[in-house]
Amino acid sequence: MLSRSILSRQFRQTASATASLVSRPASSSLSSTPAFQSFFRATVAQRRLLSDTTRQAITKAVASAPVVLFMKGTPETPQCGFSRASIQILGLQGVDPEKFAAFNVLEDSELREGIKEFSDWPTIPQLYVDKEFIGGCDIIVSMHQSGELAKLLEEKKVLAVEEGEGKKE
Amino acid sequence: MASSSRTPVEDTIREKITAELKKRDATVSKLEIHNDSHLHAHHKAMEDSTSGETHFRVVLVSDAFESPEYAKKLARHRFINGLLKEDMKREGGIHALQLLTLTPKEEEERTRAKEAAA
Repeated sequence: MLSRSILSRQFRQTASATASLVSRPASSSLSSTPAFQSFFRATVAQRRLLSDTTRQAITKAVASAPVVLFMKGTPETPQCGFSRASIQILGLQGVDPEKFAAFNVLEDSELREGIKEFSDWPTIPQLYVDKEFIGGCDIIVSMHQSGELAKLLEEKKVLAVEEGEGKKE
Repeated sequence: MASSSRTPVEDTIREKITAELKKRDATVSKLEIHNDSHLHAHHKAMEDSTSGETHFRVVLVSDAFESPEYAKKLARHRFINGLLKEDMKREGGIHALQLLTLTPKEEEERTRAKEAAA
């Protein structure tokens, strides 16, 4: 699968470049100390509140590219079957790697919990197109099958330019 | 009762969905709850889990989805996710929930398409 390998390389770059945007404010040095973490875990009520810093970081992440996937693992090594299926579909659809960013929620526990609150969606993966929440894996699959996803991605002009239409790399 | 059941989570899913649709005077032409937890038991995220009820696949066919507010799959999924919010948030609760939500008409079309493909 040619398109997939091209995507992967780009995905990694985009993801790592933009991920630092998120992980910096989302995991301050305070939150990474064990004491803070256990306190955080114990205070359930507090855990459900999305802090301003986390919200800002997620807002930035969502806006970091026209197509954004919050997933478990990376595009090349997804850590969950649902994340794998989602990334494969985006690859099949021919999403332009330059217009895509992936965020690994396993790298940041605040992002992992925060994104659920932010989207009001209980599971990962989560797909955003043009800052709009599209859905999780089942919705991505069903939109892929019905042709809705192809239509949406085309409308948003986020597909890679087809070969022969210029733009060589 | 749920307390003595060997499938308390599955029971909860069924009860909550059935009760809400009944309240709305909607039909439930199909409600399948598949427990796929065994397929994911070796996953890293399940390392500390003792529950045999973590991964579910729910098929729900109801005329409740004929309402325009449920035209989109996203709204249908949000509806079910909302009913099960606490069960998904709880430590050791539902970890993954696959949803197939259809109106009776959509199910019919789906069956017909499947038959045509076979």
